[in-house]
Amino acid sequence: MNRETHNGPTDDTQARGTPYSGDPEGGAGAEPQPLDKLPLDAWHRQRGARMVPFAGYEMPVQYEGIIAEHLWTRENAGLFDVSHMGQLLIHGHGVDIALEKLMPGDFQSAQDMKPKYSLLLDEDGGIIDDLMATRRGEDFYVVVNGATKHGDIADMERRLPGDIVVDYMKEQALLALQGPRAAEVLETIIPGVADLGFMEAGPYHWNGRNLWISRSGYTGEDGFEISVPASAAAQLADAITAHELVKPIGLGARDSLRLEAGLPLYGHDLDHKTTPVMAGLTFAINKRRRAEGGFAGAMRIMAELQNGPIEKRVGFDVDGRQPVREGTLVLDGEGNEVGRITSGGFSPSLQRPVAMGYVAAPLAEVGTALKLEQRGKLFDAKVAAMPFVPHRYHRKGA
Amino acid sequence: MSLYFTKEHEWVRVEGDTATVGISDHAQEQLGDIVFAEVPETGKRLSKGQEAAVVESVKAASDVYSPVSGEVVDGNSKVADDPSIVNSDPEGEGWFFKLKLNNPGELDGLMDEAAYREWVKTL
Repeated sequence: MNRETHNGPTDDTQARGTPYSGDPEGGAGAEPQPLDKLPLDAWHRQRGARMVPFAGYEMPVQYEGIIAEHLWTRENAGLFDVSHMGQLLIHGHGVDIALEKLMPGDFQSAQDMKPKYSLLLDEDGGIIDDLMATRRGEDFYVVVNGATKHGDIADMERRLPGDIVVDYMKEQALLALQGPRAAEVLETIIPGVADLGFMEAGPYHWNGRNLWISRSGYTGEDGFEISVPASAAAQLADAITAHELVKPIGLGARDSLRLEAGLPLYGHDLDHKTTPVMAGLTFAINKRRRAEGGFAGAMRIMAELQNGPIEKRVGFDVDGRQPVREGTLVLDGEGNEVGRITSGGFSPSLQRPVAMGYVAAPLAEVGTALKLEQRGKLFDAKVAAMPFVPHRYHRKGA
Repeated sequence: MSLYFTKEHEWVRVEGDTATVGISDHAQEQLGDIVFAEVPETGKRLSKGQEAAVVESVKAASDVYSPVSGEVVDGNSKVADDPSIVNSDPEGEGWFFKLKLNNPGELDGLMDEAAYREWVKTL
């Protein structure tokens, strides 16, 4: 037996086929790199996690199994350790105006403690990373992807004015509690958090420690992301998982949950070759920024907003039971290559394969019949609306 | 009846001139939740080392190689219908296909069960 593909929340090493240990061929060509340990490393191992290399860390890919963990999160509450992600504090005079040169977000009118999804762009409008940025008084608290954080910091330090400082808060861990029961669970531990609405954040205290909590996440479910000092992370994780509605959940289920929710993963569905318009993320560019431009790649992005992009990110319903994976080609009826799959897998909630990828814009309409070619085999597929599983965010007033 | 294993984590159970092939418990554990299995059709001639079946988990796709050469006399439609059997009973009900052996001498190059279980511990 030979493992051919290892898809999902993987870094480049795994995309090339990190083997289960012992495979003499596996990982051929991959540079062995020393891996860092998460603050919760021992905590994960005590709970039976299988640890895999990801984003430069040894991370828990699963505990009892991806499908069970996935379904648990959709029904109850799952605790994810996302401490590999980069937590940054960006500050200095005129930080909002400075950030607007690198990102298309409206940071000048950003309200305090209201996280905004945004994109770090290169000068051609390609995506360097996707992130969440929250004004905290004069500062911006920014959470970036783990695999890209060191590059992001270097890029921002190079492109931001000299009086803007990017602090990497490496002493902070980040936990995410996700699922329809997340609010009732967390309220018992940190009273007051249930008052937050979706995409609201604030400072909290627990056991004499300062926390920063936002009502957000990347599963499509209601939930919270909790920034906690690394030294208190295990204690907080214990307190949360002591609740019978909570189980620890690995990266594997995090990937299948976000795929069902139609959420793009950087390095797979987003990269330097994609723009926010191609990726269908134009909600992150508001009216003022569209009118004024002034961000990296604005010329190209504003032209794409006006005329439409060459290709678009879409979902796919795939016939049959076999998952199609990243790298699968998308073909039209005549066999011409018209796109590629960037994430694909088996949906535990729907019990069928789902995928997302890019296709030529004229073929991006929902219902368009296309073929997918994976390892010489053709699959029938249709362009599908995303999310595959409806979002259940806690929107105030909704 | 004899049981053999490959370094690619297939097992072969031989009864007379018929070999039953599947993946080991270690392999299913490494793959995780199995969501798809494709088995070869009866009558297909397989050579040693040839891709014979496909197994996919939520995370990974793998080929199952034929550890020996021969003609397929049965593919397990039960694992195609319910691939989770490969997780729950990998070395029993979760078999993939049966072969009529061409060359029983090929079995000599495989590990016996004790050697395989010892080797897996070192991985």
